[in-house]
Amino acid sequence: MAVYEHTYKRYSGELTPTWSRFLIIPRHAYRAVFQSKLFMAFFVACFIAPLVFAILIYLHHNVNALGILQASVDEIVPINGSFFQTLIGIQGILAFFLTLLVGPPLVSRDLTNNGLPLYLCRPFSRAEYVIGKMSVVIILSSLITWVPGLLLFLFQAYLEGGGWLKDNLWIAYAIWSSSWVWIILFALLSQAISAWVKWRVVASAALLGVYFISTVIGGIINGLFRTRLGNLISLGALLANVTAGLFRTFTPTDTDVQEFRNGRVVRQVLINQPPLWSHWLMLALICLFCLWLLYTRVRAYEVVR
Amino acid sequence: MAATMESQSNTLEPVAQLPSDNVQPVIELDGLSVQFGKRQILKDLRANLRGRSIGLLGPNGAGKTTLIHTLLGFHPASSGTARVLGHDIVTDDPKQLLAQIGYMPERDSFIAKMTCVHFVRLMGELSGLPSEAALERAHEALFYVGLGEARYRTIDTYSLGMKQLAKLAQAIVHGPRLIILDEPTNGLDPPTRTRMIRLIREIRDGGHARIMLSSHLLRDVEECCDEILILKDGFIAAHCDLEEERKANRKFLEMEMRGDTHAFVEEVGKLGCEYALTGERRLKLVLQEGVEIRDFYRLAAEHQVQIRRLNYKKDSLEDIFLKAMETNAGFNAQGSKFKVENKN
Repeated sequence: MAVYEHTYKRYSGELTPTWSRFLIIPRHAYRAVFQSKLFMAFFVACFIAPLVFAILIYLHHNVNALGILQASVDEIVPINGSFFQTLIGIQGILAFFLTLLVGPPLVSRDLTNNGLPLYLCRPFSRAEYVIGKMSVVIILSSLITWVPGLLLFLFQAYLEGGGWLKDNLWIAYAIWSSSWVWIILFALLSQAISAWVKWRVVASAALLGVYFISTVIGGIINGLFRTRLGNLISLGALLANVTAGLFRTFTPTDTDVQEFRNGRVVRQVLINQPPLWSHWLMLALICLFCLWLLYTRVRAYEVVR
Repeated sequence: MAATMESQSNTLEPVAQLPSDNVQPVIELDGLSVQFGKRQILKDLRANLRGRSIGLLGPNGAGKTTLIHTLLGFHPASSGTARVLGHDIVTDDPKQLLAQIGYMPERDSFIAKMTCVHFVRLMGELSGLPSEAALERAHEALFYVGLGEARYRTIDTYSLGMKQLAKLAQAIVHGPRLIILDEPTNGLDPPTRTRMIRLIREIRDGGHARIMLSSHLLRDVEECCDEILILKDGFIAAHCDLEEERKANRKFLEMEMRGDTHAFVEEVGKLGCEYALTGERRLKLVLQEGVEIRDFYRLAAEHQVQIRRLNYKKDSLEDIFLKAMETNAGFNAQGSKFKVENKN
């Protein structure tokens, strides 16, 4: 079908492997995403925390630099599981805002413009479509969570030397797995909401609401009933506790301040947290619900019954 | 006695031979039924479609679009199956089939915030073309459909006609073996419609792809298609090879007369001709073998009827369509004959 010939001819060249075709969606989506200056600025800002943490690791191992700062090693934050947990906590929140910027229009635009039949009339399944759309969020979120996290881990292992890497390999696993928990949850939530709410602004507001309102309601339940069962409906608490579990800092009990006088805690009690497995279970249920929402909505044509 | 087509027990078999049985069918409908909830949309469709360009006709709600969607795998078959280009839509891997199909949807469908060339390239890549090849063919396809100069504009800024052409470009970018066009001339002005029809005919005549065209417009189908499938209430109301129909020597005769037409028409019926009387003076009839024009003049003279006008008229698509609409659904497509059955 050469331009000069102006005639229809079949394509007889090579085809791309089927498994890799879902990656076509993020590649084309990034063209539009990175055209936004706001997004570019935000994306660059997402690397400030890893940079600060890298400096802290560097200072930890550089006696000369500590001398210039007139500080000792003890005064610098220790480089352990909690150090990386803090990093993942910060980057996880940033990943949420990144999802807020990128995620909501991904499916809703296709639904608004009847774009789904165009995808699904090709050798491209509904699952590949959803994975492709999710990977727009997943790839970007990975770049600001577990990728810098693992790089910092390797940086620390390189500077520390000896058997540190071997002794702390579990931290690398915790960085990787906890990041994926955050990423998958946000990606699924954003796509499920995007599939049900066609208007981008409303979809963004809904995503923000799901995260913060659930956290607020969970906090209210905890406060009113002197319990920690509210954590199970708070996305923030669920993610924090699961991350703590992976970084081995999860405690089965939590202190609840019952009396506070003249700036001092007068009375506090220990309250049992729901077991860690219940947090995992809740996250799994939320993810399954999102998948069900996507399954019902992502169709070439809606059949009105 | 004024007999009409409706009151006659007319069984036309065969009007025309379908394309030779040795040609591999493009689409084989094998008892295909589709049900949404309790409502049955397609009912036991059976036909072998072999044409270079297949027209899908039927009134609103007949099931045309549902049939297309089912062939594309958008809706599951509730019973029966269909084979498209030899691939079974129920049992075979749909990706194998979909890689060989280009689909132009009826409704406005595009990907927002994209230039047209970017959009068509994306569609090419999703069909399996490597990025560079997809870009090259996107440019070519857009030039081919006549959007070459406008290819860097976003589709949101296109007119309705341009959007239709863009949809055609995305349907052909990957060079499919079968192109399914759902109402391709909807909302087009006459010049754009002419262009669209010309493109469809060019693709058909090029022989590189088969076409299935669904339309309400008989003229479009008549201009582009050589085989027709008419649906009515989810059944096949008629199935014929239009090309053969055109070539066939079954002449329709239109007659305008004055005088005692009743007796004359009765005599015409006795000659074995199928006929329809419209009003008191106009008679449409099908010439049977062995019956000649002078027989009518002879009968007219005997009954003192004046034949004021006499025209030959081949069976047009409109005739076929109208006749199919008059019939009860229940076309028994054995894949080789055109047959319209009357409820009476």
